[in-house]
Amino acid sequence: MADDVFQIDFSGSERPLVVGIDLGTTNSLVAFMDLTGPEVIAGPDGDRLVPSVVAYSRSGDILVGRPARELLTSEPERTVYSVKRLMGRGVADVADELKLFPFRIAEGSESVIKLQLGERTATPPEVSALILRRLKQNAETALGETVRKAVITVPAYFNDAQRQATKDAGRIAGLEVLRLVNEPTAAALAYGLDKRKEGVVAVYDLGGGTFDISILRLHEGIFEVLATNGDTHLGGDDIDNLLLRIALEDVQSEWGEDLSDDAAAVQTLRLAVIEAKERLSFVPFTNIESEYKGKKYQREITRELFEKLIKPVVDRTLGPCRNCIHDAGVTVDQIDEVVLVGGSTRIPLVRKAVEALFKAKPHTELNPDEVVALGAAVQAGILAGSVENQLLLDVTPLSLGIETMGGVVSKLIHRNSTIPASATEVFTTAVDGQRNVLIHVVQGEREMARDCRSLARFDLKDLDPLPAGMTRVEVRFLIDANGILSVTARDMRTGKEQSVEVKPSYGLTDGQVDAMVLESEQMAESDFKERQVREARVEADTILAALEKARQGDTWTELSDEERQQIDAAMNQLLLVYHSDDHLLIRSQVEKLNQVTMRLAELMMNTAVRSALKGTKI
Amino acid sequence: MDNIDNCWKCGKPSLESLFCRFCDSLQAPASDYYKFLGLERCLSLDPADLQKRFYSLSRLVHPDRFQRSSPNEQRFSLEATALLNDAYRTLRDPVARAEYFLKEEGLAKEDHRNNVPPELLEEVFELNETLDELRGGDPSVRPRLEAARNRFKSLRTEIDGELEGLFQEFDAKHDRSVLTRIRAVLNRRRYIENLLTGVERELMN
Repeated sequence: MADDVFQIDFSGSERPLVVGIDLGTTNSLVAFMDLTGPEVIAGPDGDRLVPSVVAYSRSGDILVGRPARELLTSEPERTVYSVKRLMGRGVADVADELKLFPFRIAEGSESVIKLQLGERTATPPEVSALILRRLKQNAETALGETVRKAVITVPAYFNDAQRQATKDAGRIAGLEVLRLVNEPTAAALAYGLDKRKEGVVAVYDLGGGTFDISILRLHEGIFEVLATNGDTHLGGDDIDNLLLRIALEDVQSEWGEDLSDDAAAVQTLRLAVIEAKERLSFVPFTNIESEYKGKKYQREITRELFEKLIKPVVDRTLGPCRNCIHDAGVTVDQIDEVVLVGGSTRIPLVRKAVEALFKAKPHTELNPDEVVALGAAVQAGILAGSVENQLLLDVTPLSLGIETMGGVVSKLIHRNSTIPASATEVFTTAVDGQRNVLIHVVQGEREMARDCRSLARFDLKDLDPLPAGMTRVEVRFLIDANGILSVTARDMRTGKEQSVEVKPSYGLTDGQVDAMVLESEQMAESDFKERQVREARVEADTILAALEKARQGDTWTELSDEERQQIDAAMNQLLLVYHSDDHLLIRSQVEKLNQVTMRLAELMMNTAVRSALKGTKI
Repeated sequence: MDNIDNCWKCGKPSLESLFCRFCDSLQAPASDYYKFLGLERCLSLDPADLQKRFYSLSRLVHPDRFQRSSPNEQRFSLEATALLNDAYRTLRDPVARAEYFLKEEGLAKEDHRNNVPPELLEEVFELNETLDELRGGDPSVRPRLEAARNRFKSLRTEIDGELEGLFQEFDAKHDRSVLTRIRAVLNRRRYIENLLTGVERELMN
């Protein structure tokens, strides 16, 4: 058909835009799959890293990233950092580190931590959502396209509640989270792009707040995770806290003041020790230097002392590594390569420890701050269909079990099982006429339910009242590719789907998340409106300033009285609406003023041209 | 229950294949591990062949591939991948494989703790005494516990060899009486495994 010759089919190239996001403890990044490979997207300020800091400032503004970090020392009780350490956790879990955080916990934090930030409260998923929203905006500005879908990375050792909290944060930020990818696995994807085709790789990921170790087998584009291990409460923050304790002790003995309850002082010192820590990766000694309320603190610290200090922290990573090697069913000699991920792996002692354990020089070609985001972008490309022949097979980091008689755990899905994974279990009634069965699901390796992580209680409801043991319900536990559990049940006698009510032990209910999504959308809406109002006012300012200048010049006198009256009237109108919240109204008055000053502008232009021709200045 | 013989999408006969041969859409997976992996019902399996099947089926059914497909196919993809992973995990481990096989043949393990194998009776009695002494604060019995651990480990290795032989015997003759013998060996192995876990736990403390 000759007519069709010139019709080109673009439908095949229409792929949904999916970004990859590394939602880190210290910094967050967004990346996407470009034609040439994964690329990190910089913000309008040119920064590729967005500090994971959110400030609910006294002025009422919510700041994210670098501007928020500026408020760490001046408004510490309203500025949230390292919120990832609080995701999906209960108050009791984080009691120790909350002592070091300057922000306070609000009332009613039993199942979800609520941070009291001035007059407002916010849950960790809401705070994370603000960071995600900023990354989304950065991507939209850079790519000129709306971003609705994302792959977000999580520490491999995150449990179900922590994963769910991350997914909730995405939803609140207006993102459809297509997949949660484990950080070390993402790093392997980023490295595996043009690397060896076969072999066993270990990924050692020591970030700001979490530690992960994963061992993978690479086989013709398949990345099969053999085992993973880690500690969701181990990272650079712990090193900072060690140095901070020393600095606070020094200050107490030198100044005779205990500043540990002074949030602003603690944050000032914290930033100083972080700077010193970072310098010590490159120089043999440095000074911790800080100034607070006019008083100076200084202390020299050598790398030798630093290493002695942090050795226990580094050593804590080695146990999980050994367990991981064992669970992977490999020996150290069989591991072909080691990849380092996370800012804390810049520390020479960490590198030495990894080299000694794995007997191999680790890979560091890719920037350890960016490699996880790059891998997330690769996975985003796989899901969008732009990357072919690569497939990630990940595992669940913790065993899933149910509480049985006497509080003993019966394991249903063992740790390091490839996900998606499932298990079925049959439950029966114990009493005549029993109408419901309660199932307590836990995650962890310990034998007693109380020593494991409680995930949720599932209530099988509205059973037919029958003699004990007659009702048999088959319950299916399914862990999806995100590592998140779902439960379905079937009455074996009737074959009917059995209703299950889920009571999560930690985290938000669906209803709560829905409310937050709505609030966040409204906030985004009001952000947008505010920006439009601000922009309209800027336009008004420009024309008002120009008019003010024109009044001083000779041209003003060339206008008729009527013209001048018209201009004054229009100017007053604009000043009247200037402080309204309606950007359209402000704009329309700016436009009116523009029109009535048209001749003034022309006259000024002519004067300018004339004087320019004469070579004189007006 | 869906009619698994006809494609859910085009209604033509799907002939028990993973993808409809008419419209190429993913079907609800069959639930049998052997059938799903396209394996003959044998107790001895070649690990390399199993791994190959696992990888190539993963490429076909993994949820990554169905991100942009219909909700039905997304659901089947999740079901099929979970089944594939469960199957691979079970079949690559000889003991889990045999337990699965026996269960399908109606020889499932019983829920209650099985009795002490008669030939181990004396040893178990001694072991319990030693464990009591250790818990009572006598560390001098540790070497005896370590010896017991090594003995149980070698017993387990012995049993694994025995199982391998029985697998081959069954695959050659498909004789049900072999399965009953395997059942007994597995029970004995489970008993020893439990003893070993107990001893190792005490040694760790």
